[in-house]
Amino acid sequence: MKQNRFVRNILLGIENLLLHKLRSFLTMLGVVFGVGSVVAMLSVGEGASKEALEQIRKLGSNNIIISSIKSIDEEAASTAHSHMSIYGLTYEDHDRIAGTINTIKQTAPVKLIRKEARLMSRAMELRVVGTTPQWFELVKRPVLAGRILLDSDIRDKSAVTVLTEFGARKLLATENTIGQPLRIGGDYFEVVGIIKSESGQAGNIQIPDQQVDAYIPIDIARKYFGDIVTRRTSGGRERELVELHQIIIDVDNTDNVESTAVALEQLLNRFHKKKDYQISVPLALLKQAEATKRTFNIVLGSIAGISLLVGGIGIMNIMLASVTERTREIGIRRAIGAKRKQIIVQFLIETVVLSTLGGIVGLGVGVLIPMAITYFTEMPTVLTLLGVLLPLLISISIGIIFGLYPAINAARVDPIVALRHE
Amino acid sequence: MDNESLPARQNDIVRLENAYKIYPMGAEQVNALAGVTISFKQGSFWAIMGPSGSGKSTMMNIIGCLDHLSKGHYILQGHDVSNLDDNALSDIRLKYLGFIFQSFNLIPQLTVQKNIELPLYYLGWDAIESAKRAKELAAMVGLQGRLGHRPTELSGGQMQRVAIARALANDPQILLADEPTGNLDTATGEQILELLAELNRQGKTIIMVTHESYIAAYADKRLHMKDGVIDSIEGNGDEAK
Repeated sequence: MKQNRFVRNILLGIENLLLHKLRSFLTMLGVVFGVGSVVAMLSVGEGASKEALEQIRKLGSNNIIISSIKSIDEEAASTAHSHMSIYGLTYEDHDRIAGTINTIKQTAPVKLIRKEARLMSRAMELRVVGTTPQWFELVKRPVLAGRILLDSDIRDKSAVTVLTEFGARKLLATENTIGQPLRIGGDYFEVVGIIKSESGQAGNIQIPDQQVDAYIPIDIARKYFGDIVTRRTSGGRERELVELHQIIIDVDNTDNVESTAVALEQLLNRFHKKKDYQISVPLALLKQAEATKRTFNIVLGSIAGISLLVGGIGIMNIMLASVTERTREIGIRRAIGAKRKQIIVQFLIETVVLSTLGGIVGLGVGVLIPMAITYFTEMPTVLTLLGVLLPLLISISIGIIFGLYPAINAARVDPIVALRHE
Repeated sequence: MDNESLPARQNDIVRLENAYKIYPMGAEQVNALAGVTISFKQGSFWAIMGPSGSGKSTMMNIIGCLDHLSKGHYILQGHDVSNLDDNALSDIRLKYLGFIFQSFNLIPQLTVQKNIELPLYYLGWDAIESAKRAKELAAMVGLQGRLGHRPTELSGGQMQRVAIARALANDPQILLADEPTGNLDTATGEQILELLAELNRQGKTIIMVTHESYIAAYADKRLHMKDGVIDSIEGNGDEAK
């Protein structure tokens, strides 16, 4: 009975709205565009931030990355003739870090060297990454063929290499990849595996995994290529001695990441007089990116919210006019015995039906716009459940909020006066 | 609504006791009703007459529970309703009263059937029962086959019949008619009055406002109002006082 009455109320509301089709439609448009823009903006915002967040997440939220950087003094000194810059992380640093901080689960040292690689007539410059098998556990990459570096490679000092997909394709072309002898610099390495390439820029952290990397055991890298890099510059030669370019650290628990970063800073500070390293915490970046995303969403949401507000005001305006126009009807209903509450409900249902309908149509528009954006610009957009439900809920509430005042106005009508109203 | 200790006679359906309705008009006060005491018996047919400003409309609004008295008491079926709130008065209108207006006051966008069903809607009847009742009432006032029409497609006499059917939908004790023939030609008006007289014979108490004496002649009793007080009462019986 109660349910039945509610349904009849809604039907009555729809009936009344259908009496003025064009007016109802125009009134609804405000909400349609309001909801449409909220949904569209939220999904564009979500899409934009998702990519950045994905990149950072790939670095591992439990990871800390320490990179060697040239300090400013060193930068200045290196312009002098035949000066050798000595800076950055050392093998000792790596051992100390691995040995002293007990929240660290595992570490991977990284040594980066640029070398030309040759395979028969094909040649290209590779970035050689000297590291340990732990690297592959910390920076997870799908193995496409063969295997990754193993502890036995380190132990046996095997001259083996794992290539990234992109580099492998360029060098090996169509030939059978695994087992090929690849010449890097002046030495031969056996290709034992291929892993997936990732373009590696996330925030300001360089992932030691670009498109053309060759991974070799770190001891081999040290033995074959040494720690000194000589580069020809316009001023002559520039020599650098860097033992390790990066140390990637895996912390046992996400909660310990920040405290571990602080401990690392203190530890390194004791042995490095100059600040020639940089500690990057993907988790901190992630948090920062998420905060940025929130701000972004709030800004976009408010802009869209204003259009919803305008839509709501439009509804209120029309409903106020409608109440004046239907004063006599209200008077008749009241004289017959309708309570004030029932008049309020009647008018409120009309506005809620209007705004909800507008919300549903707007949702359709709001879903289509991001799809079109993705289709034409290849910009990613993401529809979240919240991004869909929230605007719909808001549109219903707008019907209630902006309908309440006209409805109360309607209920306040004095039936005696209303019945004389022409 | 508990029974007040006021002296109301058994078969008085409507009783006003020393009723005042005072309107502030700038610095002055206008007494639309200035101490009226009168009883209407159950099943009677009254005409309230008087020039404009005599207080007859005010009296109708009070009896119709659309307005409050400033002073005095209104006893409806033995219950003092003078100080009830808006909700309670709405409830009384819904359950005990039926209104017929000069200008019909049908809701133009609703069909004849929906107009007749209006009180039932607020009484909470379900759709099927309401439709059945609307059909019966339409037949009773001679509007068979017009249920799907809109008021604008009807003649004045037909519209007033719809209004009467609507007033009867809740099976009220009292029908209040405010110049029910005022917008109708004489012949049609007489048909409507005949219908009211028939309803009175069936037991409805009818209180009708008019300023035409030939219309008032349909009633058993005629109450003449002047300047907010009772001028005279004509007809058989001794209900006054």
